[in-house]
Amino acid sequence: MEDIAIVGVAQTKFEREKRDLNYAELVYGVVTELFEKTGATHQDVDNIVTASSDFWDGRTISSMAIQSAVGAYMKSESKVSSDGTLALLYGAMRILSGQFKTTLVVAHSKGSEGAPNLIANAAFDPVYQRQLGIDFHVASALQARAYMQKYGLTEQDVALVSVKNLANAKKNPYAQVAGDFTVDDVMNSGYLAEPIKTLDASPISDGACAVLLAHADVASRFTDKPVWLKGVGHCQDGYYLGDRDLTTSPALAAAARRAYQMASIDDPLKQLDVAEIYDAYSYQELMWTEALGFCQPGEGVQLLKSGVTAINGSLPVNPSGGLLAAHAFLAAGLVRVIECVLQLRGEAGEHQIPHAKTALAHGSFGFCGQTHCVWILSAER
Amino acid sequence: MSEEIIVHRTALSIPYAWAAGRHATRFYREIAEHRKLFGTRCPRCQRVLFPARKACSRCFTETTDWVEVGPRGTVTSFTVVHYAEPQIQPLPPPLAYALIQLDGADTAFIHLVSEVNVAEIKTGMRVEAVFAESPQGNILDVKFFKPITQG
Amino acid sequence: MPKNVAIIASGQTNHTSRRKDVNIPEMIREAVDRALTDAELTIDDIDAVVIGNMEHFEGINLSDMWASEGSGAVMKPCMKIATGGTTGTSVAAGAYYHCASGLFDTVLAIGWEKLSESDTTAGIITAFDPIVERLTLAGAIGGLAIEANLYMTTYGLSQEHFAKAAVMARKNAQNNPHAHLKHDLTVEMVLNSPMIAYPIHYLDMCPTSDGACAVIFASEDRARRLCPRPAWIKAAVCRHNHPYIGDVWWDRSTLESAAIEAYKIAGITNPRKELDVIELYDPASYALVAWIQHLHICGPGEGGKLIDDGSITMEGDIPVNPSGGVISTNPIGATALIRVAEAALQIQGKAGARQVEGAKTALATGFGGSYWNEVFILSDRL
Repeated sequence: MEDIAIVGVAQTKFEREKRDLNYAELVYGVVTELFEKTGATHQDVDNIVTASSDFWDGRTISSMAIQSAVGAYMKSESKVSSDGTLALLYGAMRILSGQFKTTLVVAHSKGSEGAPNLIANAAFDPVYQRQLGIDFHVASALQARAYMQKYGLTEQDVALVSVKNLANAKKNPYAQVAGDFTVDDVMNSGYLAEPIKTLDASPISDGACAVLLAHADVASRFTDKPVWLKGVGHCQDGYYLGDRDLTTSPALAAAARRAYQMASIDDPLKQLDVAEIYDAYSYQELMWTEALGFCQPGEGVQLLKSGVTAINGSLPVNPSGGLLAAHAFLAAGLVRVIECVLQLRGEAGEHQIPHAKTALAHGSFGFCGQTHCVWILSAER
Repeated sequence: MSEEIIVHRTALSIPYAWAAGRHATRFYREIAEHRKLFGTRCPRCQRVLFPARKACSRCFTETTDWVEVGPRGTVTSFTVVHYAEPQIQPLPPPLAYALIQLDGADTAFIHLVSEVNVAEIKTGMRVEAVFAESPQGNILDVKFFKPITQG
Repeated sequence: MPKNVAIIASGQTNHTSRRKDVNIPEMIREAVDRALTDAELTIDDIDAVVIGNMEHFEGINLSDMWASEGSGAVMKPCMKIATGGTTGTSVAAGAYYHCASGLFDTVLAIGWEKLSESDTTAGIITAFDPIVERLTLAGAIGGLAIEANLYMTTYGLSQEHFAKAAVMARKNAQNNPHAHLKHDLTVEMVLNSPMIAYPIHYLDMCPTSDGACAVIFASEDRARRLCPRPAWIKAAVCRHNHPYIGDVWWDRSTLESAAIEAYKIAGITNPRKELDVIELYDPASYALVAWIQHLHICGPGEGGKLIDDGSITMEGDIPVNPSGGVISTNPIGATALIRVAEAALQIQGKAGARQVEGAKTALATGFGGSYWNEVFILSDRL
């Protein structure tokens, strides 16, 4: 993987509703910003990979609407209908194949334009589950309780994730939700689906983001601070929640193993400087840190309480505020990559982790983390 | 800047007719005709999968035996939902869902828990299926699960 | 390190109008089992899965998730790619790049659709801009009819030419055990069938089918070890278009642009001579006549001549759609992958009664969205 760099990133500010831009204009804006930052032109883009969802966009072939916005005319564009981290992987594959030197990767979502719980419900199969009326909150609540019960966690323990991440988000100009919340604030924020409360759940966001990938041969044309792709792994778990042991994520562990092996990481806690992970719900940050091997199963909360994952800890997790600060569906994983790039380039502003050299970005898709993608990025080639 | 932005509101109106397939059809027929719940056994991992599946997705092996399970089972996780989503929720909030492992099954399944004070639902609680009076061939042919009060 | 890639096996369901006996993952599983059997592999030999369909056609959001009950993706890397009518070729390209990148060696590509479970036109209409175009455009057929009419009048062809193509395709389909429509048609029957949108008759048009297709791609070393006669991917090219149908520039074909690039990559200078068989994505019969010129099989407007003189029939020098093509079989998310699978079967000499004798080089296309195209060239040698 040593031959490909991220040479530019751009993201919109994430907001509950961006009514002044339709989603093609949102994408156009973020691609234009990426071009301005990198000095790239439309002609420099060899091919494009996008991530979007027909359900969230309310359109069959959701990618059709953004053909002009990403400059796809008479070029190759393909749509990954999954988290943006997988679009990044597909973009990297295209360069690794030797056929392209650059790939533009773009993800977008306007959560404000659909009915989130109905869209989520439509992901449950109509043969055995859909009529039950379940959605993301319900599925995640069942996982949260199973996990918390197994390891004896309280709701206050889990609330600490929201407290940490929403405080971090105050320093992130792109964040949608941020603030100095206390455990009591989280506890009093009102149940969605017990034990998940409003401040335990990521918000619904409008936003888009873009990444320019380049082969080492041409990377210096766009930046003097390339961020190198060092390792990647992805893996999908089973479908029916009751078939899975929801208290653990073998799929994330497998994805991480592959990424670590590729990047020669054998002690992630020591070797990583920063991690941006897919905390769609507060409990997930604890579970995912375990599956990523930052600590033993069930010890995610001790890792958090010890301050290791705090913004001034030895392995800060979600200094940007993570998904709890902004969650544009499908884009959220790619935003994690972008935040890692900002960290590795020393451009993260107030939430900069000093001397960050190696970062982990994590994306996920499906209920209770059915599929995962893990990236290892480095400032050094 | 204060110009009102036009918002075009619509709903996708696409009719759907989902085939359940032979296995799920048999599953629902057992409920309709005999008020019985069935899982299928994977010959490789030996798990009894509920509800009945043609194949074990983990082992990628076709299931063989049909195994009657339940109608009693144990709650392995649960949630109480506090928001209303009347277009999809079969009951008004607060409504409870649980992962229920039926007696004789090796997997759990999500279903509603009702006829209970939701504050009293606990993991490990014993529940039993309440069947719908007129089955429609979907999962609400089990109307919900209710706590077993005795036995 | 970039790697060469081949198709080593494939499997299809027997496509039909309504598969009630299986639900979605069960149907997918049939194609996957057939591909694994063809390759003499088990699911454990598959490194990664690439899958695609169009969500609104079945109303299944995150469809790759439920599909994992039948796709074999459980505890494997899995990626969903969905691009409309091109979904199948986009999935094939995805699997190809999985291997060509050097990241994976044996990759299962799956395209599927169960169009009987919805109103396909109601689903397609939602592809168009909800504010500008959705209220005035009716699904896929309107745009195709405009193009067919334009072609007919520009080059002085008649509806009979299109009807002949429909007769040929359904006849070819009779040799394909997987094909959906296999009617014995006559030109008169096609012309007498109801007019859907002038000049396209009912029997000119593709059906809506239930079906799945699975294709196994492998990197060079793996392909040589696993398969006596792999179908090597010589080129995989995609060309996109403007998003608004009203902007699509009819005479500047994404198909032609993709084909020219593919020929360049594959070192083909005389496609009419060097290609042995074509699997063209023909949403309606006119496409068989009109689009082969974009592949430089004939000059502008000469498609009618090729239909008249039999050049593109099974007996001709460049058979097009021995499988029966899209107008015989159309489970949309699988349709373009079937083109690639059928091209590979021809190279592998496994096409049975629809085999083009001695086929060594084949071309397959995918068509979709706002008239964008993908082109694959496959060969018996690297």
